[in-house]
Amino acid sequence: MKSFCTSMVTAVASLSFGVVAAYAQAPAPAAPTSKTLEQVKARGVLVCGSNTGLAGFGMPDDKGNWTGLDVEFCRAISAAIFNDPNKVRFVPLSAKDRFTALQSGEIDVLSRNGTWTISREADLGLLWAGVNYYDGQAFMVRKKLNINSALELSGASVCVQQGTTTETNLADFFRANNMKYEPAVYATSAEAVKQYDTGRCDAYTTDMSGLFSERLRLINSDEHVILPQVISKEPLGPAVRQGDDQWLNIVKWTHFAMLNAEELGITKANADERVKSTNPEIRRLLGSEGDFGKSMGLTSDWALRIIKHVGNYGESYNRNIGDGSRLKIPRGLNNLWNKGGLQYGPPVR
Amino acid sequence: MATPRRAFVRSEFSPSLAPPLSVGGPFGWVRANLFNSALSSILTLASIAFILWITPGLVRWLLIDAVWSAPDGDACRAPGSGACWAYVRAKITFFTYGAYPRDALWRVDVTLAMGAALAVWLLWPDWPRKGVAAILFFAIYPHVAFILLHGMGDGSRAVVNAAAGVFNSEALRDFARDGIPIIGTHLWGGIFVSLLVATVGIVVSLPMGVLLALGRQSTAPFIRFFCIVLIEVVRGVPLITVLFMANTMLPLFVPDAWTPDRLLRPLIGVALFASVYMAEVVRGGLQAVPRGQLEGAMALGLTQSRMMRLIVLPQALTIVIPGIVNSFIALFKDTTLVAIVGVFDFLRAIDTQRLDPAWNGPTISTTGYAFAAMFYFVFCFAMSRYSLMMERRLAHGRKR
Repeated sequence: MKSFCTSMVTAVASLSFGVVAAYAQAPAPAAPTSKTLEQVKARGVLVCGSNTGLAGFGMPDDKGNWTGLDVEFCRAISAAIFNDPNKVRFVPLSAKDRFTALQSGEIDVLSRNGTWTISREADLGLLWAGVNYYDGQAFMVRKKLNINSALELSGASVCVQQGTTTETNLADFFRANNMKYEPAVYATSAEAVKQYDTGRCDAYTTDMSGLFSERLRLINSDEHVILPQVISKEPLGPAVRQGDDQWLNIVKWTHFAMLNAEELGITKANADERVKSTNPEIRRLLGSEGDFGKSMGLTSDWALRIIKHVGNYGESYNRNIGDGSRLKIPRGLNNLWNKGGLQYGPPVR
Repeated sequence: MATPRRAFVRSEFSPSLAPPLSVGGPFGWVRANLFNSALSSILTLASIAFILWITPGLVRWLLIDAVWSAPDGDACRAPGSGACWAYVRAKITFFTYGAYPRDALWRVDVTLAMGAALAVWLLWPDWPRKGVAAILFFAIYPHVAFILLHGMGDGSRAVVNAAAGVFNSEALRDFARDGIPIIGTHLWGGIFVSLLVATVGIVVSLPMGVLLALGRQSTAPFIRFFCIVLIEVVRGVPLITVLFMANTMLPLFVPDAWTPDRLLRPLIGVALFASVYMAEVVRGGLQAVPRGQLEGAMALGLTQSRMMRLIVLPQALTIVIPGIVNSFIALFKDTTLVAIVGVFDFLRAIDTQRLDPAWNGPTISTTGYAFAAMFYFVFCFAMSRYSLMMERRLAHGRKR
């Protein structure tokens, strides 16, 4: 019996060793081909589903050039593939036809502030490649009320748009914290903001990114402050179709490359000279060492291309929605993990 | 004493007196038109009060307090400032052309100018050679417009190349090689797309509507049945549904390569929709032509098609001019619906740009919409005046 066991173990061991040896001897497996990547390369242009118009995230400017955080993400993918951030065709999609456009193959990637939820992955057959903006519902109040936290809003009247999750989140928040409030519900966000501006309510609530944009519309926008608490989870990010894992990798690692670049202090301006850096992490990211891009079907300097043409995540954030823009949304949850935020790029190695 | 009594004889007519104040002159007009009954007087006074109430504020907001030029939205944020026309000035190129490449705007300008010139030729009653204008507008212009706006594909290059061979022209051969670069419809937008959708709808719907209306009255059961089903089905569905079907369902059913262009889908939807409504308008006209006209035409021995072309249709279409123009105006305004399927029409362009952080402010949305209202009003009012003029001219024959 013992000898049988031993021989079995030996057989299994030698077999597995043989398999390993066979793999070690065989030439490195060719990079799996991505159907989407092949199509994009053949077409010569990336087709990116974008917002029809959302300040700071995706909208055409006076000259018709698309700008925004979500838009620059598509430009980053284009830079990684073509070494040119402008080989992107933006297809503006309404909230209703955005997922169909992705499912039907009309677009290659959807970068249109879509919230990552289980039903969209499980039921609609999509995959989220990450979160390029952590949004969430927050409150705006007048400065003169001297309120510093949403928890001080007990008894306040709150203007809110009707029939959205915003309304339910608001009710949940006040109930969970045992506070009273008086909702003033309006059919459109424009109407709700206007009523808040006339003094009908003490506070106005919607998603954080929306609050900063709506604040510009108020008559004296300096007299209003946005409270830092976030009462709901709205992880927004780019999505792709299921069934093309390599394409998912490309989209996912485009985001991570931009995060790692920020963490390592590589910017649009200094990317070219940092190639010569001795820091191994920088060398691996910029392709001076290793061939990580090739195994994704890209070139080894894929990340360098992204940073050189578009910049790191922090640069893109500042330019479009942060301090460099008129929206001036604080980094908050979108800071890097080592600065108190949630943005965490897995290592390139 | 007998002085001869001379009979007074006027040698000329006495000058006629001015009509009493209560009947003639401006006072009489006012009395007859504005104060001819108690109800009318009340309505007049209420209207005057309304105008007096609304005008000063409107004028102040639109003109006096308005900001006419500014580098960005800050000047428009000043308390008490009115319409921010500086914003419209800064964005007018986007409002007109959308994202169309800025160095190729002449292509849109030339297309629109050609279209306008042909339309005036066709519509201005006294201009000669309507037949030539119609051929140019309906047969040649759409192709030229497509090539100018979209660019030259392989097909049109081949045609030009063939022409170069026939004329043995080096210039044409060069042209076939260089061509006009293609500009995808995802870059089209603004007023230009609104006009495009409306024009396609109008140009397709009139002939299609006439054909469908005739088909519905046809004696051949298959044709009649087909026309009735088409008209009733399309009329029974909201335009938004047709657009959504075209945009979200169609790509799921057909292979990628066959998926029609994103702008073409709403164009087809709008044209189909306008056609069936037009068919019903035209049918109303056909039924209003007295039966005697038809019988008279038969007695003259005209063929079926001549009878329609020479006797029935001219009368029927004249009768329904108000209905036709009504459909056109409705269609022109319905073009804004294409915005919900992601096409940047004029209204959508305004709606997008008002969110621009550089401009966003309390007066920006209102200014944008006021501008849109003026644009649509000018076009719709012009159409309506034109139809009134045509009605008066064509009604000469029927005036008693």
